[in-house]
Amino acid sequence: MHTFGYRANALLTFAVTALAFICAIASFSDKFSNQNPSAEIQILNINRFKKQSHGNDEVSLTLDISADLQSLFTWNTKQLFVFVAAEYETPKNSLNQVSLWDAIIPDKEHAKFRIQVSNKYRFIDQGQNLRGKDFNLTLHWHVMPKTGKMFADKIVMPGYSLPDAYR
Amino acid sequence: MGSQIRPIEYKIRLVRYVRYIKLVAPVKLSGSVLTEILESSSSSVKKKPEFLQRFENRLHFLDMDWQGQKLAEQLMQILLLIAAVVSFVVGYTTASFRMMMLIYAGGVVLTTLITIPNWPCFNRHHLKWLDPSEAEKHPKPQVVVVSSKKKSSSKK
Repeated sequence: MHTFGYRANALLTFAVTALAFICAIASFSDKFSNQNPSAEIQILNINRFKKQSHGNDEVSLTLDISADLQSLFTWNTKQLFVFVAAEYETPKNSLNQVSLWDAIIPDKEHAKFRIQVSNKYRFIDQGQNLRGKDFNLTLHWHVMPKTGKMFADKIVMPGYSLPDAYR
Repeated sequence: MGSQIRPIEYKIRLVRYVRYIKLVAPVKLSGSVLTEILESSSSSVKKKPEFLQRFENRLHFLDMDWQGQKLAEQLMQILLLIAAVVSFVVGYTTASFRMMMLIYAGGVVLTTLITIPNWPCFNRHHLKWLDPSEAEKHPKPQVVVVSSKKKSSSKK
């Protein structure tokens, strides 16, 4: 600690180490928050259900998504990334997941919402398996923290199905 | 100085030394002075220019004595720990990440102001060197070389 250069270096190193420590504790404190999110999705309308020119099935839906994700926000949350995926099984793949809609929720006020929207991304199958298919609509979310580990979770809503014939 | 360096190497080292001095010494080295240094280096290889000797100890006003250094180091660690703890507690209770960062940054700046400059409180125990006249009265004991080949390996 002889010259001011040594002292400045020691101070900077210690300050950054302590900063890393408090950020780690801040991230760890997220475990103690009470989280009970809820969500509900309804299919309002199936707009189109046809076979594309190269042979794959395509569906266009209008969804009514209502969710209350306010309890997922803690002091260490920067934003929440939410997406809705349709999951179903085909003879070729045991699990197909197609993302239909996503959004970024920047703060707690916007976390309780209800919107009616048609699917943002196209629902296209690998093949022609969608006629009469039962599928789950799953709401996934990724909690992006200000510091620390990102957590992801989901709510599975089963019981949706597509009609038996093309429209 | 046992090893001899070539004149070109000395010149390169000299130019780098002058550039370093320019960084730390708040004095402008004029162009003529610089050429004087470079010219004198070509004539005599081993002599260090007297001009540079003046600026070598420029930053020693920032040094502390030994007790002061220990105190400064302890103060720095304690202050930073307190800043970290206080900032975390305040941030957690107010649920504001921003508040935590602001308080911690304030704590770091405060610690910098207290610990790094050479305040007089860090210079109270000035180191007293022995007077040269006193030192001459007590000559250093001569090292007696004991040549014993059996024990030499264990002594080292």
